[in-house]
Amino acid sequence: MTVPLPQYLLLGAILFTIGAVGFIARRNAIVIFMCVELMLNAVNLSFIAVSRSLGEPAGQVFVFLVMTVAAAEAAVGLAIILQVYRLRGTINADEIKLMKW
Amino acid sequence: MTSQPTNWLWLIPFLPLLGAAINGLIGPKMSKGLVGLIACSSIFMSFLVTLSYVLFRLPLMEENQVLLNTAYTWLSIGNFHADIAFHLDHLSAVMCMVVSGVGFLIHVYSIGYMGHDPGYSRYFTYLNLFAGAMLILVLGANLPLMFVGWEGVGLCSYLLIGFWFEDNEKASAGKKAFIVNRIGDFGFILGLFSVYYFLGKVDFLGMVHEVEGSGRDTLLKGWFDLGSFGIPSVVTVICLLFFLGATGKSAQLPLYVWLPDAMAGPTPVSALIHAATMVTAGVYMVARLSFLFSLSETASFVVALVGALTALYAATIAITQNDIKKILAYSTISQLGYMFMGVGVMAYSAGIFHLMTHAFFKALLFLCSGAVIHGLGGEQDIRKMGGLIKKMPITGWTWVIGWLAICGIPPFAGFFSKDEILWMAYSHGYRALWLIGFLGALLTAFYMTRCTILTFFGESRLAEGVHAHDAPRSMAAPLVILAVLSLIGGLVGWPHHSLFEHYLGGVFESSEAIVAAIPKPGMPAEGMLMILSICVAAFGILVGYFSYLKRPDLPGKTADAIPQVYRASLNKYYVDEIYNATVVQPILKTSDRFLWRIFDVWIVDGIVNGVAGLFRSVFAEGLRRFQSGIVNSYAVYFLLGALLVLIFMMLP
Repeated sequence: MTVPLPQYLLLGAILFTIGAVGFIARRNAIVIFMCVELMLNAVNLSFIAVSRSLGEPAGQVFVFLVMTVAAAEAAVGLAIILQVYRLRGTINADEIKLMKW
Repeated sequence: MTSQPTNWLWLIPFLPLLGAAINGLIGPKMSKGLVGLIACSSIFMSFLVTLSYVLFRLPLMEENQVLLNTAYTWLSIGNFHADIAFHLDHLSAVMCMVVSGVGFLIHVYSIGYMGHDPGYSRYFTYLNLFAGAMLILVLGANLPLMFVGWEGVGLCSYLLIGFWFEDNEKASAGKKAFIVNRIGDFGFILGLFSVYYFLGKVDFLGMVHEVEGSGRDTLLKGWFDLGSFGIPSVVTVICLLFFLGATGKSAQLPLYVWLPDAMAGPTPVSALIHAATMVTAGVYMVARLSFLFSLSETASFVVALVGALTALYAATIAITQNDIKKILAYSTISQLGYMFMGVGVMAYSAGIFHLMTHAFFKALLFLCSGAVIHGLGGEQDIRKMGGLIKKMPITGWTWVIGWLAICGIPPFAGFFSKDEILWMAYSHGYRALWLIGFLGALLTAFYMTRCTILTFFGESRLAEGVHAHDAPRSMAAPLVILAVLSLIGGLVGWPHHSLFEHYLGGVFESSEAIVAAIPKPGMPAEGMLMILSICVAAFGILVGYFSYLKRPDLPGKTADAIPQVYRASLNKYYVDEIYNATVVQPILKTSDRFLWRIFDVWIVDGIVNGVAGLFRSVFAEGLRRFQSGIVNSYAVYFLLGALLVLIFMMLP
């Protein structure tokens, strides 16, 4: 039994929304970070589903690209969070108001 | 004016410039002897090159022919052409000989005079740079290049007047010279533009060609296209603009005020720049542009009138000055006035002749005064000198030759040249100018005698502990050479058989036809005027002799009898104070009260701050609220932005 395309896309949309809401609403920097990953993977899922449905491999190539970027981003992002924690003793996004007028 | 064989004229200004470059770049690291050697040999080589051209090349050419050397295409825009080109004819040959010859002697003299100065290599750099710029001025084949030299010598003059810039007064004297000269340069530049506008050429040969051909009618038209009576012609306006430049550079009324202050520089500089060469650039320019000046009787008359008035005016100030260099400075202004009188009455070769002899005897007098100042350890006040001829015989006796030359006693150089100018003024119909010049000659003889007696003769009034000594050999040798030149230099201009006038004949060919057409009134014998000149010079000397050697109480009594006149002359007719009150202070006040406090603060700053403030209040005050520093709110904007893009893309 094959799952039809709309269901994949629906799952992707749900995952993306969860990620987006978490990205906006949560305060813990690591959770925010995980939400970003969630959004990325929601998009990846949609890419693959559409790619298979159309028989077009280009979408899957994009997914590899996104995963690479996500990996690099995780490395840089986690390092920043680690340093912020060492410096300020917190990873609460509300308390790290460095970029402010 | 045929095609030119190759030549090496560019070497003449290049050599001193090379010397300046060497001394300027590595001079401080070299020994003083080497610096002096480079400076002197570079100018001497340029003298030799000039000499070789004068002796071997010029005689082979036709009289009105010109040796042209185009080194480099400089400016070529549309139909405006100006090259780095050098132009040697008999006029620039005379100037070159004077500049490089007298310049060399003064370089040699400077080795002794500046020997103990910490700025030794800097001094010689400037001096060489000056020589190079002056030679460019003299040799430049077009007006723009001449202007480069003109500004170059002005720069060097500024640098050398303010050579001891630690002294605020000396630095200001340099600034004054520079700023006053700017006023004149403004005239020069406007003249240059006008020449290009009306003739379309800026090189001298091309200009002569235009003036002799189609350009002549353009020049003689009225400046405004109204054709009515009383409007100066184009050529008159152009000439007056150039003459404005000349009054600045050559220290004539009303722009002469910088020259007396320029005496703040080292004395050899006063001799070279402010007596022998740079200040004569204006006279040279008028002579070089004689083909224009001779077309305008009005402009020429203005030149002659200003010259004659300056000659008399400066002489009346020189009478009462007590600083030996100030006396010579006013004397220089006065003598320059004679030169302008000469070229103004269209006796161009007479003006240049006086320029040459003046370069000899005034450089001599200045160098002697330098030797005196050097020997007395910096004393410049002639009231504290006296009887020096016994202590410094070489300086004293060479000064005496210079003194007789400037007074106009035959057979010394000044007699022939000054008399030639006076005679030309008289015979060309300017009798009032002749009278002014004649009175000036009387005063010249008097004040120079006063200066001579107070410095070298009579009782010694030296301060305690001053041990006068004569000049060292490197300073004495130039004095002797210049003394010989002052003694015999005038003989080349023997009246009626003037080799000098004949030599320059070809250069002034285009103006000579006009001069010849001037109606000459019936004249008494030239000899009468000559005898009169000698008499007046002798009279001036005798008056000076009696009042300063025989009856030393007389001058004081005279001064007490007419105190207002005496004080006016002593204070230079308060011209500096008048200029200060009428020009300098208003500019300062306007700048301070209006331009700064109102225009700059309110208008200029107001516009800048106003525009910035407007953007701040209108946009920035609202936009800054978005930048909260809270990452989550940034994320919301981010998302909203992404949604916006999405919606936009999904719109039909």
